[in-house]
Amino acid sequence: MTTIQKTLKGLWSLIVGLKVTGKEFCRPWITVHYPRQEVSNLDSYRGHIDLVPFPEDPRKPLCIVCRRCEEVCPSGCIRIEGHVPGEEKENPARRLLLISDVPLPGSAAREPVCSADKTLRVLDGFSLNYNLCSLCGLCVQSCPVSSLTFSGDVYLAGRSRKDFEYDLLQRLRMRADSANLREAV
Amino acid sequence: MTQILQLLTNPLVYLLVALVAILTFIALNGLILVYVERKVAGFVQRRPGPYEVGPHGLLQPVADALKLVGKQLVMPRGADRILYWAAPLLSFAPVAVCLLPIPFGPNLAGLDVNLGLLLVLAFSGLNVLALCLAGWGSNSKYALLGAARAVAQSVAYEIPLLLSVLSVAFISGSLNFAEITASQTRGLLSWNVFSQPLAFFIFFVSALAETNRAPFDLPEAESELTAGFHTEYSGMGFGLFFLAEYSYMIVVSAVASVLFLGGWSGPFLSGPWWMLGKIYALILAMMWFRWTYPRVRFDQLLNICWKWLIPLSLINLLGTAFMINLVR
Amino acid sequence: MPDKAPFNLDGDYYSSRFSELSKGEGDTLILNLGPQHPSTHGVLRVIVELDGEYVKRAEPVLGYIHRMHEKMAEIKTYVQYLPNMGRVDYLHALAWNWAYVGAVEKLMELEVPGRAEYIRVITCELNRISSHLLWWGAYVLDLGGFTPILYAFDDRELLMDILQLPTGSRLTYCYYRFGGVSADLTETFMTRTRNFIERFKTRIPMYHDLVTGNMILRGRCEEIGALPVEMARRYGATGPVLRGSGVPYDVRRMEPYSVYDKLEFDVPVGQNGDAMDRYDVRMAELEQSIRIIEQALNRIPDGPFINPDVPDRIFPPKGEVYFAVEGARGKIGVYLVSDGTARPYRLKLRAPGYSNLHVFAELAQGTILADAVSILGSLDLVIPEIDR
Repeated sequence: MTTIQKTLKGLWSLIVGLKVTGKEFCRPWITVHYPRQEVSNLDSYRGHIDLVPFPEDPRKPLCIVCRRCEEVCPSGCIRIEGHVPGEEKENPARRLLLISDVPLPGSAAREPVCSADKTLRVLDGFSLNYNLCSLCGLCVQSCPVSSLTFSGDVYLAGRSRKDFEYDLLQRLRMRADSANLREAV
Repeated sequence: MTQILQLLTNPLVYLLVALVAILTFIALNGLILVYVERKVAGFVQRRPGPYEVGPHGLLQPVADALKLVGKQLVMPRGADRILYWAAPLLSFAPVAVCLLPIPFGPNLAGLDVNLGLLLVLAFSGLNVLALCLAGWGSNSKYALLGAARAVAQSVAYEIPLLLSVLSVAFISGSLNFAEITASQTRGLLSWNVFSQPLAFFIFFVSALAETNRAPFDLPEAESELTAGFHTEYSGMGFGLFFLAEYSYMIVVSAVASVLFLGGWSGPFLSGPWWMLGKIYALILAMMWFRWTYPRVRFDQLLNICWKWLIPLSLINLLGTAFMINLVR
Repeated sequence: MPDKAPFNLDGDYYSSRFSELSKGEGDTLILNLGPQHPSTHGVLRVIVELDGEYVKRAEPVLGYIHRMHEKMAEIKTYVQYLPNMGRVDYLHALAWNWAYVGAVEKLMELEVPGRAEYIRVITCELNRISSHLLWWGAYVLDLGGFTPILYAFDDRELLMDILQLPTGSRLTYCYYRFGGVSADLTETFMTRTRNFIERFKTRIPMYHDLVTGNMILRGRCEEIGALPVEMARRYGATGPVLRGSGVPYDVRRMEPYSVYDKLEFDVPVGQNGDAMDRYDVRMAELEQSIRIIEQALNRIPDGPFINPDVPDRIFPPKGEVYFAVEGARGKIGVYLVSDGTARPYRLKLRAPGYSNLHVFAELAQGTILADAVSILGSLDLVIPEIDR
């Protein structure tokens, strides 16, 4: 009679399965109805990086143009432009190029860029190509003065790649100016 | 008013009116059942289902229907033109005939024939031919495999379907749906499901297999054969198959309600609403099964039929015959 | 309708080579499963020769998602390569992170602080649970049950939210660094992990009720694809595929790394090596992972989460090293050859899926197509890992 027993046990397992789905049928939804509702786990989401300013001067970034982030980025997203005050502009070829002109990491043309000396440098432009970013966080970690932070900018949408090529220095200045405007008002 | 009633007594006019009513019923049900299936699937899976089109997604089936109707009718290269386009039509056409003899209320049958049960069983068997033509006519290996499976499955499960129905015919002494319903009007306990529980179970399982519903939906096994026999259909061809599947679900549920659950009779306030309620309860049960169980493998499916359902239904039949002789 | 199509429908190199072997053998049907197919877990193409419903021969064709990870390792520096490892097998990304980071640490003889070791154990085991849940849902989906995958994803969402706290990512984690991890675990993380464990302990019985005991599923899995130990050894299968056949080989037990030798856990094994045994092994591993996480949460010491002496630019000494970890799919190995410069000379990634997949070609012979799909699902393949 073991076949009969096995079959009856099997049929009972089917009924148990129905009970499980029946119970789940009566329970509330677990999906979040974007955009009418928003998810609640965004505080730890990274997003693209942003420059961190001095606390006393919101227009001045903490960046010392050591170029460690530019060197460590695996995808070559970051291109930094800076100069030493008093000297002429560094290497005109290092101006803000089109992102697509920049050689890829590992190619022979790319020399180590991180500067180890203590010369004061001023940041002129910090371009980020977010299209290539892999959100690894190596840039934020490698900055010796913690001048990079994650923006937490989640709801991004654009119509072309250009929408995601940021100039972080300009973003910093715009944030500072709009904060000033709000304060003035 | 009396003129219209007199017209209706003409059997031909009555038949035409019934056909129109049934076709409307099928079309409306197609819309409703698509929506209900997706909502049931959603709720079982803890999500809302269709929600955007119309309030709570009520207009979703309308949008789906418009989309299907508006699509280009494509035929694969090398497909047999006649067979390819005949298959969905052949699948959908017999449904109207199948619903004609079924009494939805005390005097609400489209066609009162003494062989109503035989009529329904015969015409629902045409679906097998439609599947066969669809698979062969598509000129696609996936479709061919799916059609082969579908044909074998449908043909195999016709037998236990028939045998379980025969037991009810023995008890009621007739193949006429109206008489079968009448024999169950003497209260809740006179329903045939209480005197023939095994036959009901076998009928329901065979019905699931005949309409290719999970767990017996191998002919449309998405993860194995893309979509089985209707892989190559898009647009209205697919729409007709889809509609035919839901319509056969209604046919089979209606037959089960009449044969086993007392048709339009209820413990109180008998009428067509009881019939509709029973049909939808059975359909909801079918949907519940679909979203709970995985698929039965093909040879296990045939094994279930040949080794379990046919012997059980034969035993049931013999037992019923014996009991009837005893009582008489 | 034009007679000659403007593109070649006669097949490519693989299908022509495959069909050559079957000339003159009778009336068989050659079918292509994939590369776009709902149940091949990635872009896997399997050419099968069907005799009616029976599979006479099956041949997997790989390479549709070959992304040249090993070549990228030669171009990028050691630190720049870290995000790559999360993308090789995105379902158990932290194990691949660990294999690479462990290989470099072994070569450079870097010390990893105790807290970092326990953090690695906790996050890697949480990731293992997440990977097994997705396998479970996808396997039952292949077999036709559409609901369990959504229940599994409900739990996975919680896990991804928990793992997002330290790592910042939900799927392709780049969390481990040379000498530790990149961020510490917070109190929120600990609380949420403990809550998740309590909730998960009530969910596992529900999964067993709905799926494991189900007669239909047992009919699809029992006695299907029985893998003899000798065949598993021949192909180099590891992980639940090998353990299902009865061999208790788990890298965490046999070649312990990190603090696994201090933690108590069982290594579940099956008996016959059929699909049901592999299923049971993975479900039992879920419970063992919970056990490991609970112990690690209780024992995690205070201290630094990364070795502060590791420089920004690392130049490992010349030499070669092999380091293996236990991933959800099997033994993940990284073989690293360094020539003393900033970039690796050669990095070989040993993907467990590669060896597990080729068992399929032999196992599927003589089975029905539905069984072949069930066997493929029970091997828990992730094709990006196989193609790298």
